[in-house]
Amino acid sequence: MGLYILRRVVLAVPTVLGVCLVTFLLFNVFASPEAIARKQLGKNPTAVQVKTWITAHGMDKPMFVNLERGRDGRLHPFDSRFWNHMRELVLFQFPESDYLHEKVGALLRVKIVPSLTLTVPAFLLSILIALPLALFIAYYRGTYLDRVALFVCVILMSIVILNYIILGQYLLAVVFKYFPIYGYEFGLGAWKFLLLPVILAVAAGLGGNLRFYRTVMLNEVRADYVRTAMAKGVSEERILFKHVLKNAMIPVLTVTVLSIPFLITGSLLLEMYFGIPGMGNMMLNAVNNHDYPVIRTLVYIYSLLYIAGSILTDISYTLVDPRVTFE
Amino acid sequence: MAESHLKIAARRIRRDRIAKAAFLVVCLFAAIALLDVVPVPRHEAGGLRLDRTALDALFQKEVEKSYSPPLAGTGVLNRHEFPLKSRHLLGTNNLGEDVLYNALKGVRTAFIIGIVPSVLAAFFAVFLGLFAGFYGGRIDDAIQYVYQVLSSIPAILLLIAMLMVMERGLWQLCVALGVTSWVGLCRLIRGETLKVKNMEYVEAARALGASDLRILLRHILPNVMYLVIIEMTLDFSGLVMSEAVLTYIGLGAEPGTGSWGRMLMTADRELPNAIWWNLAGASVFLFLLVLAFNLFADSLRDALDPRLRKD
Repeated sequence: MGLYILRRVVLAVPTVLGVCLVTFLLFNVFASPEAIARKQLGKNPTAVQVKTWITAHGMDKPMFVNLERGRDGRLHPFDSRFWNHMRELVLFQFPESDYLHEKVGALLRVKIVPSLTLTVPAFLLSILIALPLALFIAYYRGTYLDRVALFVCVILMSIVILNYIILGQYLLAVVFKYFPIYGYEFGLGAWKFLLLPVILAVAAGLGGNLRFYRTVMLNEVRADYVRTAMAKGVSEERILFKHVLKNAMIPVLTVTVLSIPFLITGSLLLEMYFGIPGMGNMMLNAVNNHDYPVIRTLVYIYSLLYIAGSILTDISYTLVDPRVTFE
Repeated sequence: MAESHLKIAARRIRRDRIAKAAFLVVCLFAAIALLDVVPVPRHEAGGLRLDRTALDALFQKEVEKSYSPPLAGTGVLNRHEFPLKSRHLLGTNNLGEDVLYNALKGVRTAFIIGIVPSVLAAFFAVFLGLFAGFYGGRIDDAIQYVYQVLSSIPAILLLIAMLMVMERGLWQLCVALGVTSWVGLCRLIRGETLKVKNMEYVEAARALGASDLRILLRHILPNVMYLVIIEMTLDFSGLVMSEAVLTYIGLGAEPGTGSWGRMLMTADRELPNAIWWNLAGASVFLFLLVLAFNLFADSLRDALDPRLRKD
């Protein structure tokens, strides 16, 4: 198993380098340093300001190979934009935010907690609600109830998340005052601010989740082992809640583990509406303030998490499915 | 082959009442979008001008001072009533614009966002998927590497990053959405090509001396097209909704482009003041189009996908 993990990690290295390359292309080749500087400096910067900014950010250096002699009279061929960019990301020496003037790494450590307190409960709760419901619908597959449930799922999926949030916040927090409208508190007091965002996150995802889990269950119901169990005279409840549920865990697991990075992204919109100072909020601020270093770092970190997540998925397959081996 | 595929699908959809109704709603929206494309010439001092569409000619109203409720005779601005220049079926927004007109203007944008990125993505996906599956080896490795890297970057972040370095605009948004959404389809097409390329009829074509290009375009492509059609219809709703969200967070098209997301931007400040019509207008249009397209797409997939056809 150790060897398998090692091999997967080694195989992931080119992908990680590819992600670094993509971010380099996006922020250095497609966007010119001049354009970035102008956006960052705001309204009508002078030519001198732009130039100073570009020099201060090392964006006047050659793209790939530095052939000029440095101040010490020696060659520094790797002192170029490309190599500095790669070094920054690969060695986790993240740059400073252009807007907040703090290291991105330090910012992340502060922002990750509120995001996790919002998304982890929402994520667990939505599995806990959607999975049993899906089993229930699968039990009544082909009946009127099944068709109505599917139709309701499609309706729930057709409402844009903005509407869930706007109407939910207005009705439950403003009109009925069940929840605080806005704000956050670090520590245990956070729960009362998180309750409504969590409920809305679950509600917004319910239709899609339910339909997905139902499809998974129905695929399993058609499998041979179900027919065998039926022939043996096992009751339908037992087949569904024991055999099918266990086997359906594999596709469920894939989606679950692969969505872990998105847990940390938080829900951009939920954080924005409810004033939760997490990663989503940080991302939106970075967008509005043209804070390129923050976005660049976030792209890289999330990709790392995603890649790690997919390796974890493959490992967890072997733990739940004896047919899958480490070969 | 592809034709009979589509014929079978059309017959199945005609039998499905919900799908038929959904298709009619989509057609209605499409008609509104088309009205917003057809220019209506008008005479001005400088000569003939073509900057107004049929939709503008039919629905554009004079701009009022500020909010006014649906069908009201007066509006209120800073506690002072002001007379309206005309009646507004869905009232006016904070800038005094007719809400119904804004909502109708959003339809064309929705169709552009729902279709153009998927066409772009389908083009990439078909081209790369076919080549990867058909030639295998190094080409396959290279293409797989590219989509491995792109799919490792969470779509929302790649989108944000791309929109940050590009200029604002509807077409830029389409390109960004296209680039972030081709990988899934490419994987499917590659897999299907791998399956199809070893079938007897492909071998027969090769034995008859058909070139690679001919085999790819005439024999393999028609057999993977159903995947493209399914994917494009399934993507439509998601794309339309993501336009609303992206515009909402400030990454959408430039102001002046009709957009339901832009209409929703002021909604949370309006509701506590009992101004519901702006939110309602945008939401109902968005919901109806997305719901109709979802229902239609589901039915189309059930009809087209041979893997789902047996039961």
